[in-house]
Formats: sequence, structure tokens, C-alpha cells
Amino acid sequence: MLGNVTLMEYLGGGRAVAGHRPWPRYSLDERGWREMVHQLSVSDWTLLGLWADGTEVHAALRDEENAAIAVASVGCPDRRYPSLSGVRPAAIRLERAIHDLYGLTAEGLEDQRPWLDHGRWGQSAPLAIVRGAPPSGPVVYPFLPVEGESLHQIPVGPVHAGVIEPGHFRFTCAGETVVRLEERLGYTHKGVEGHMAGKSLIDAARLAGRISGDSTVAYAIAFARAAEAATGTEAPPRAHWMRALMAELERVANHILDFGAICNDAAFSFMLAQCTVLRERILSVNELCFGHRLLMDTVIPGGVAVDVTREGSSILRGLVKELRKRVRRLADVYDDMPSLQDRTVGTGIVQSSLAHRFGAGGFVGRAASQGGDARKVPGYPPYDDLDFEVPVHPEGDVNARIWQRLEEVTASLALIEQILERMPGGPLHKPIPTRGGEGMALVEGFRGEILLWLRLSEVGRVVRCHPRDPSWFQWPLLEAAIEGNIVADFPLCNKSFNCSYSGVDL
Amino acid sequence: MSLARLLFRELLRGPRTIEGPLPDPLGIEQLGRALGERARAGLGRSLRIREVDAGSCNGCELEIQAVNGPVYDLERFGIHFVASPRHADVLLVTGPVSRNMAEALRRTYDAMPSPKWVVAMGDCAADGGCFAGGYAVLGGVHHLLPVDLTIPGCPPTPLNLLSGLLALLEVAAVGSDGQASGA
Repeated sequence: MLGNVTLMEYLGGGRAVAGHRPWPRYSLDERGWREMVHQLSVSDWTLLGLWADGTEVHAALRDEENAAIAVASVGCPDRRYPSLSGVRPAAIRLERAIHDLYGLTAEGLEDQRPWLDHGRWGQSAPLAIVRGAPPSGPVVYPFLPVEGESLHQIPVGPVHAGVIEPGHFRFTCAGETVVRLEERLGYTHKGVEGHMAGKSLIDAARLAGRISGDSTVAYAIAFARAAEAATGTEAPPRAHWMRALMAELERVANHILDFGAICNDAAFSFMLAQCTVLRERILSVNELCFGHRLLMDTVIPGGVAVDVTREGSSILRGLVKELRKRVRRLADVYDDMPSLQDRTVGTGIVQSSLAHRFGAGGFVGRAASQGGDARKVPGYPPYDDLDFEVPVHPEGDVNARIWQRLEEVTASLALIEQILERMPGGPLHKPIPTRGGEGMALVEGFRGEILLWLRLSEVGRVVRCHPRDPSWFQWPLLEAAIEGNIVADFPLCNKSFNCSYSGVDL
Repeated sequence: MSLARLLFRELLRGPRTIEGPLPDPLGIEQLGRALGERARAGLGRSLRIREVDAGSCNGCELEIQAVNGPVYDLERFGIHFVASPRHADVLLVTGPVSRNMAEALRRTYDAMPSPKWVVAMGDCAADGGCFAGGYAVLGGVHHLLPVDLTIPGCPPTPLNLLSGLLALLEVAAVGSDGQASGA
């Protein structure tokens, strides 16, 4: 049944699984899954996530025509399932990760190399019901072969020159020009999904806030919303507004630091110094108002653990005014510097069609015409009650990603003012009832849309938690964006993406 | 506003740098114990640090960036982050030491000339923190390398980090004869 079918019409033919909120989940048999893969090739359905759980594989999809969201599941008793990678390239690394952790094989996946498993865990498929045999030793990773005259390779990492997260980049170059970049990640894999199992909600929320430290608020909100969905709880209104307040502070702090750091990678260190000072202003206000510089552990399932006082509110208003003025000045300096823009304009271009194919969101997607933002679609409180625009740029280069961030900072500062102005009173927290269920959340972190899926046991413990970082769909685009650029521009491109390592290595 | 005007304004307003903290007394005590039986070498008031993220959530890295910024200005104390382990006196490690990073961390340590110090930054580096246990991590730097100083926190604040590193500087500046080499 190919053709113009909506996601719901299509999956509605499967068996609905009870107790999955807020979006439905359908159980398909292998044939149904195969047909779904086929249907994906002719439909504008974005892959939001792909993860395993025991001997089941789940795919979260969004129909871009009507914004409907659903999860499709397939059982794989013989440990195999049909691959989505042929129709959704964003699935490739997710399927490799599923194989490494659960020992389930994607049939039809061309790239069968291990991803997270470097052969150093002393076991294979550590989360599978039946674990695999221990590996014989560290994996000798077969990088993609290159052929051609005068090509040379530059291996970089996992230990980089600066203070950044570890990962390996294999550049193949012709002279100064990069003809291929291949990423190899997984170095920071610390078994987050394994650690989650069996945890109480409060312990698991703490862990969720440490999946990617720079996005701690966004992850904690995603976890809390998934837990609330699973148990059919609604956090009190003031908690939603407090969450949004802190999420926007997090967004502003990260975007400002990125802006400075990108300019620094084009040797304009003045901007980094200025932006570090601004960021420090935000973090010290965070500590003063909420007790933690990065706002860790402030969002908990059922609500928030902190409140904003009248005095705090006036400090935050002052901060917003100051930031608005000083960010505008720095933006003017950037706008006024042709020598800096000479490095950023036309560098590291992400094709809009590719961003769409990978379902890339955040500033990487939006700076390449992809306007998705989880605060708008599917939306969640209090954003449906707030007035804000999501800027979009068409060029897809480093310059566009800079302006994207600067405009998002402006929008977030206005949001913070609205939130402080209109924050409702009332309780900050509602107890979560002890019951089982499945919940999913989509939350807009500073990098883009975070998906978090959660299954709770009847006694309220985590059975399975899968967090999907926005960087899963952005890292592969960096490989494409750098092609044809010079090696010296890689730091600039990489910083303009600022993908999370910890968030995808898990 | 033009760059020139902004620079001029910054010059007039004076430094944004805050006063530095005192060396952490607990840190000095821990270092005294750790180094008690090892030869000490006077380094002068200068330390070179190589940082390795061994599986952190990147929270610690954010605070390291903060101490390198104008507000905390680590460099005024003679402490400087370097790119190569060959140039480093101190290995600053964050994260619970993922098994996938253990070899790279060990090789970085081996590439450093002696005398050298290892600092475990943050609760994860101390004992694995909330990632302790399981198949994927060693659960603390001490499982792989001799640790001279632990700076607790999740993540440690820039002031904690600064005061821990100043303790290290204090101890490293003392020569094997017990005299401060700068004196």
C-alpha cells in the first residue's frame, strides 16, 4: 500500500500497545516492519530515534505533513530485524550501536563495523539477554579505504590538542583539501543505558542530567517529562515555567560560549575572552539564584527542586538587559570584521537536503533551512503559551550557524523576560505515583531535539531508558560539510557544529 | 559599536579578573601524603597541564574553560594548559575512565616526562561518581594511574579547581631539600 498514506493510517493497522504515552506505540510483525521500511522510502516521515530493548527494536517516527508522532516496534526472536539504513541514513550509527549493546543485527545494513564496542569491555553485547562471547582483544578498526594519487591521511585523536571531548577523526587529504573525513567515536562510552536499569526515578534523573553536562537542564526535563508521561502525571504549572526559565538560561550560556569559541578558532581570541566573561555572568547568577552553576539536579520528575525569589527575579531581569546590550555589541564587531567573515562565509556548508535526509535539528539544521524546534512542534508547556519566533537561515555555512545562535540568544532573552513576567504561582512539585508504564518526551536542548524513551516497572523503577542526543543526526553531516574545505578550517567547522561526544557515546 | 571603541572601553574599566583563592589546605595535605615517598623536584612557580577527558559528561570541561578565561585567569599563577603531553608536568583527568579511553589515557601519561603529577578532577575521576560499576568504566583514575590530588565536585567549581591547582603549585615549587625554589 504505497502512496499518500499518513503515519497514523499506516501504523494504525498494527497492534496498539497499551500504556504508552503521550504518543501511541504499535507492535508490528517482521512483515509489517519490512513494509514500513518500504513505505518510508516514499513518505516524509522523519526518524526521531531507533533503539533496542531486550529482543525488541523500536523506531520513533514523525509525519512531517501533519506532525503526528508514533513509535513502531518489532520483535526479533532470532536476533535480526530489517534495517532502516537504506531509506534513513540517520539509522546507520544507531543500528551499529544497537548491535554492539544488544547483539541484534540489522539485516541489510551495509556498514557492519562496530561503533561503540572497541573490544575493550571484556564482553560483547553487554545489554543483551544472552551476552555474547568475550572479544579476543581491541578492535582493529577498518577505516574506509581510499584510493587515488597523492592522497595522504591525518589521524587525529582521541586525545585532542585542546580541552575538548575525545574522539578520532581520520582525514584523507589531497594537498590541503580534505577529500574525506571519517569519524570514529565511542571513546566516552560509560554504559549509561545499562546504569539506568533498576534505578529509582530520582537516581535516574540525576544520571540523565549527566548524559551531556552542557545540556543538563534539557536532559533532566526530557527525563522528567518521560517519567510524567509514563505515570500519567502532570507537573504543576509553575514547575513548567521554572523549567523553561532554566532551559533558556542554559541555551543562552551555551550559544554565547560557542560564538566566542568559533571566532577563537579563526584566531580572533578577543571574542572568546568577551564571551567567556558573559558566560561567567550567567553561571554565577545561576549559582546565586538556583544553587548550581550549570543548573544540575534542579529539574526532577514531577516538577523542579528550586524556586525563583522576588530578588532572584530582579537579578535575572538585570542579567537579561546586560546580556542583550553586550551580545549586540559583540555581534556588531563580528558583522564589522571582513577578515573574520572571510573564514566563516562559505565554509563548511551543510546542504539543506542532507540536513532533511538526516532529520538534523538545532542550529545545524535551522542554519540549513530546516525549521524544526520541539518547543513549537510537538510543543510542550509553557512554550505553547509564550510568544517567540524560531529563526532559520538558508546558507548552511559556519557564518549561518553563528547568526543562527546569535538570533536564538536574542529570542531566548525575550523568552526569559516573558517567563519572569508571567510566571504563575503555586506548588513546584507533584509526587509521582508508583506505577508502571511507558513514556516518551521530545525536548529542545541548545543543540536541538532530545528524545527520551522510558519504561517503568510496577514498583516505579527504570526498566529501560533510551536518551537520543541531537548530535546523532548532526555528526554525520560534519563529515559531509568538511569535504572540499582545507584542513585548517576543520576546527572552525567542528566548533560551529559543537556536537556532543558524551551524548552519543552514552 | 566598533572593535576599537569596545577595546578602549575594556581598557578603561580595568581587569575583569577576580582575586585568586588560597591554595586548598586539604589538597596540600593530600599532596604531602601522596608525594611523601617520591622524589620531589623544584619546578619553580610554573606548571604545564595536559588535560584528558576519560569519559566525562563534559561538565568538567566547561569549568576548565572557565578557569582559563579572563575572570579566573589561571595563567597569572604560572599555570598553563598545553597541547602535548611531552610539555606537561601535570595530567588533569576528568571522567570515570571509560575502558574505551584507558589506553589513550595511559599512553598520554607515558608520554609525559618525569617528574609528573596526576590530578583527578571531579567525582567521576575520583571514584566513578554516578557512572561507577558496570562493564564500561574503570571507576576512577586511581585504577590506572597513581593519583596525587583529587578535586571533588560535580563538577568542581572554578574556585575549587583553582585552589586545588594552587596547592599543587605550592608543593611542586618546593625542591627536594624542602626549600621553596622561588625563595
